[in-house]
Amino acid sequence: MQQSPPKFSISDLNLWYGTSQALKDITVDIEERSVTALIGPSGCGKSTFLRTLNRLNDLISSVRVEGSVLYEGADIYAPDTDVIDLRKRVGMVFQKPNPFPMSLYDNIAYGPRVHGIRDKATLDDIVERSLVQAALFDEVKDRLQTSALGLSGGQQQRLCIARVLAVEPDVVLMDEPTSALDPISTAKIENLLEELKKQYTIVIVTHNMQQAGRVSDKTAYFFLGELVEYAGTKELFFNPRDKRTENYISGRFG
Amino acid sequence: MKRRKLFESAAETMLFASAFLSIVAVLFITIFLFRSGMPLFRKVSVFEFLFSSRWEPTAATPGYGILSFIVGSFLVTGLALFIAVPVGLAVGIYMAELSGRKSSKIIRSSVELLAGIPSVVYGLFGIVIISSVSRTLFGGSGYSVISAAIILAIMTMPTIINVAEVSIRSLPKELKEGSLALGATHWQTIIRVLVPAARSGIIAGVILGMGRAIGETLAVLMVGGNAPIMPTKLNGMVRTLTMNIITDMSYATGDHLTSLFATGIVLFLFILVLNLTVQLALKKSITEMEGGAGA
Ligand SMILES: Nc1ncnc2c1ncn2[C@@H]1O[C@H](COP(=O)(O)OP(=O)(O)O)[C@@H](O)[C@H]1O
Ligand SMILES: [Mg+2]
Repeated sequence: MQQSPPKFSISDLNLWYGTSQALKDITVDIEERSVTALIGPSGCGKSTFLRTLNRLNDLISSVRVEGSVLYEGADIYAPDTDVIDLRKRVGMVFQKPNPFPMSLYDNIAYGPRVHGIRDKATLDDIVERSLVQAALFDEVKDRLQTSALGLSGGQQQRLCIARVLAVEPDVVLMDEPTSALDPISTAKIENLLEELKKQYTIVIVTHNMQQAGRVSDKTAYFFLGELVEYAGTKELFFNPRDKRTENYISGRFG
Repeated sequence: MKRRKLFESAAETMLFASAFLSIVAVLFITIFLFRSGMPLFRKVSVFEFLFSSRWEPTAATPGYGILSFIVGSFLVTGLALFIAVPVGLAVGIYMAELSGRKSSKIIRSSVELLAGIPSVVYGLFGIVIISSVSRTLFGGSGYSVISAAIILAIMTMPTIINVAEVSIRSLPKELKEGSLALGATHWQTIIRVLVPAARSGIIAGVILGMGRAIGETLAVLMVGGNAPIMPTKLNGMVRTLTMNIITDMSYATGDHLTSLFATGIVLFLFILVLNLTVQLALKKSITEMEGGAGA
């Protein structure tokens, strides 16, 4: 695994919201088929960093980005980048479950449909496969045509994961995907990550240390817009090299 | 302490009194309307009143059928919405999603201006401009169903634009981001996610506009032609329920006068039904927002 080229290669990334700088000189490689955790105190730029990877920050007109983000070797901030194609390959799960107000089936078929798949049988297949992958199929298979808003929070979040998987991405970005969920739903999603990383590259923001410890291979510690330390998760937890990392981690584990 | 309490109870009493007064006013108007209109049905059956189109209140054997006016009201209102809904929706979507902050502001103030113009001014505009344009385009006298509908479309558009914009703007931003993050285009996101998600609010706005259109009197009176006949052509004349009341009110007596109040009852009931529908739609949109809409 160490030999394969990085999925993302980020160098000297700086980002401003208007005049206030939110990311400072971030340089980091993200490995393929692994789980990378982003940790750090609230407001340190984790979400902002995550959203540079699928260019979702483009929605905010005051944002200015400098530096380069290479995805499979190509700079996604180059003018000729196809953002639609990028987002198809780099999916995202949000902090608050955000199912569309439509049926479960239509939620999952949404991505494939906007990408041009019309055939009913193909869509049926995709919907079932994605739900199975997201460990939700058995719970909802008899109510695929009912509103997704009727699901519990944990089910909604797995639906959102299934919705991302339905477009067959390559990377899945997750921004505190379990922070709004109960412990049982959280455990289900953590187990799911174990399965998903065999096939996908996962970058997950969390401010739950235990969660980072359980699910991730590598961890990046952010502080005030800087990437302070980036290492294997065990190493970073037990042998932090930077004083700031050490303080944060010992504070967090109590 | 004591003074503050006194002040609070006084304020409370005053608020209660105002609320009570407005309820009493509605109640009195309703009672008055029904008491003045219902006696007609001792002489004319409800069925005949609603489903006959013979309106000859001053004939030797008078006819009190308002079907033509019911049809006229719905025809004019329906056609007005047919014009106003797509245009209003498009402008609302444009303001919520596509235009910059500055141009949204300009559009918003002109829409507000449009909403504040008195209906007699719309009527004058209708007489001078719309009737002659529609005469050229559609033939006939220019005083017609289509002219009335165009005026009403312009008058209801501010409501529809406003509600469409607000409903779309108030959607949680996660919905839009969720769609874009799946690789949908902005346009696909608008059409397939945002507009459907805002639909209850938008429908409520359309019904609100519809209520306004059905109740509008003066502007349609000035351009509709007001002939008491069943409207059969879009470029032919039309009389609506409101026009019927206002036209004869100045001279009607006896059963004729009673029949105008009965026309008012019909109008009142239509608008009541529309308002209830709006409230249901709004309630539904609120439960949808809260994520409570289950299977
Ligand atoms: N849309 C925005 N406009 C302006 N500033 C923002 C915006 N989003 C985030 N920020 C600022 O950028 C910094 C990093 O925020 P964020 O990436 O959300 O942090 P985290 O996810 O680590 O809590 C914070 O100081 C925040 O106030
Ligand atoms: Mg965040």
